[in-house]
Amino acid sequence: MEELIKSLTETFGPSGEEETVRTMIADLVRDRTDRLFEDSLGNLYAVKEGDRPRIMISAHMDEIGVMVTSIDENGFLRLAPLGRVNPVMLLGQRIRFKNGLTGSVYHEKLKDLKELDWDKLYADVGQKDAASAEGAVKIGDQACLAQPFNSLPGSRCLAKAMDDRAGCAVLIETLRRLPARLPQEACFVFSIQEELGLRGAKTAAYRYEPDFGIAVDVTLVGDTPKASTMAVSLGKGPTIKVKDSSILCHPRVRQLMVETAKKNDIPYQMEVLERGGTDAGAIHLSREGVPSGAISIPCRYVHSPSEMIDLKDAANAVEVLVKLLTKEWSFSEESNVF
Amino acid sequence: MLSELADIQGVSGDEAKVRRFISEKLAGRGIETSVDTMGNFIARKNRGKLATPPMLSAHMDEVGLMITSIRQGGLLNFQTVGGIDSRVLVAKRVKIGREGLRGVIGAKPIHLQKKEEQEKPYKQESLYIDAGFNSREEAEKYISTGDYAVFDVSCIKMGNGFYRGKAFDDRAGCLVLLELLLENSDLCFNAAFTVQEEVGTRGAMVTAYTLQPQKALVVEATASADTPETEKEMSSTILGKGPAISLMDKTILVDRKMRDELADCAVRAGIPFQFRRFTGAGTEGGAIAYSREGVKTAVIAVPCRYIHSPHCVLKESDLQATVSLARAWLENNQ
Repeated sequence: MEELIKSLTETFGPSGEEETVRTMIADLVRDRTDRLFEDSLGNLYAVKEGDRPRIMISAHMDEIGVMVTSIDENGFLRLAPLGRVNPVMLLGQRIRFKNGLTGSVYHEKLKDLKELDWDKLYADVGQKDAASAEGAVKIGDQACLAQPFNSLPGSRCLAKAMDDRAGCAVLIETLRRLPARLPQEACFVFSIQEELGLRGAKTAAYRYEPDFGIAVDVTLVGDTPKASTMAVSLGKGPTIKVKDSSILCHPRVRQLMVETAKKNDIPYQMEVLERGGTDAGAIHLSREGVPSGAISIPCRYVHSPSEMIDLKDAANAVEVLVKLLTKEWSFSEESNVF
Repeated sequence: MLSELADIQGVSGDEAKVRRFISEKLAGRGIETSVDTMGNFIARKNRGKLATPPMLSAHMDEVGLMITSIRQGGLLNFQTVGGIDSRVLVAKRVKIGREGLRGVIGAKPIHLQKKEEQEKPYKQESLYIDAGFNSREEAEKYISTGDYAVFDVSCIKMGNGFYRGKAFDDRAGCLVLLELLLENSDLCFNAAFTVQEEVGTRGAMVTAYTLQPQKALVVEATASADTPETEKEMSSTILGKGPAISLMDKTILVDRKMRDELADCAVRAGIPFQFRRFTGAGTEGGAIAYSREGVKTAVIAVPCRYIHSPHCVLKESDLQATVSLARAWLENNQ
């Protein structure tokens, strides 16, 4: 799975520019699905056909990034954030555009670093004037962070965009492991624009009309020096979400996840995330309501150029999902709450 | 027609007069129209020619005030409806309620202020509307809690093709849609004149769900900061440089193909345009783009100075170029 996470995280895909990631994933899962298609906004659906209930499993393809809003006469670029990006995280970093162009991000003269904000920040792509800069990059172009994937001694690794390519990798690996026929239908959705407000999952859930929803994303941890209190640590297993700011997970879906992990001796942690949201937040409010839950991969330094996960947690997330999807979910059309 | 549209009272939730004006303009022109339960007005030009016509959207409502209570002495307390900078309110003339009673927004005059009060702008809570009543009882005969108030200004033409008036956001957009509906053409499209944009793009959520378009174009008025103290690379839009095509705002990240399509339409037809170099604030774009299974949506806007104040300023040539760009886009989607 390490190779998969490496190639996914090193791919270009800020919110709204998920095309490269989408093509890559489509090629990886094509021969493991009965039906593969994308919709008008760019969500990718990989369906393993079967009887109801229909379970939608969603991980988002997009990563945080920046957009060029103006180019000045000396060729410097002004930036706006794509998703929740702290400008401090960009200082001295390199950014990369779709065409491979890289640039350095720096700040205007400041009395105090506290004054740092987006209007004090610029990118330098090494062009001497507006004309040459405009030849290389256009207003509205998007860029992502440029850090490579690094494997660390033990089972941990660092990369940009672990949020949520690690989740995409879990979905892809699960698809590879699943048998040809499942007791019910499963649709793996690789969604767009999650970082801008769960937008892709909203329209995908409307289109697919699932009976149940599961999001796979990264979550925050509380195991770093003087971190905010949170009972989640790296390496202690994937988390089963209780709540975040977008959803209170359905108690029966949560229970099903806990039972499955316990029965199969897969390590897991319970996750109560005080801030942040995930695709399940959009799925559970679609149409008449969809009982939903989420499985997360603990991740340090989320929304920074160097996000860290433990590969064991990702592997165990695959275990939980495989066991969850190969068991029969009880369901009735009148009341889909089991 | 811009003056007529801008002068109508139509704060969010009270769009009836704007709707009536639009409806009267379209009467007898062979255009199918309807009003939904929220008050959105929908006009379908050349219905039946296309299976899924493109959608145009502009909002009828404007920012304004609502009376929240009447003080003992007959002065009126109010809340803003939509985003208004409370610093622009003091000493402005307003029209109150359906009858349009005249009033003025009052506050403690400079003579009576303490030194520290003089150094700070008025807070909204310290302001009130004075409509010349002597007592609460007298005021209650004419005004009730929940009545709206709007800025009492008339749109005028200034020099060099500039117009000044209230509510250009988004009566300018309404005007663009009306022009395209009224002109003699065989273009097929659905135009939505929506309600309650200024309080959270609510009308558009419903119209997008109803119309189920595959592609949509929102026509807005957007803030311009092209005045001398703004550095060029920090100004969002510039008056006179044509409609502003949005990259993104708080509600939407504009589909790249849609953005490129609009820019191509403009270049081919020789229409000036600019990109909106600011990515904050919201439009109906998001409500439409993420409706049902998703809609390819873009936003264009007439650049407008002093937006959400009693006196907005726009340039006629921008308005005309916005009509041309919307028309070119429709032609490309027939």
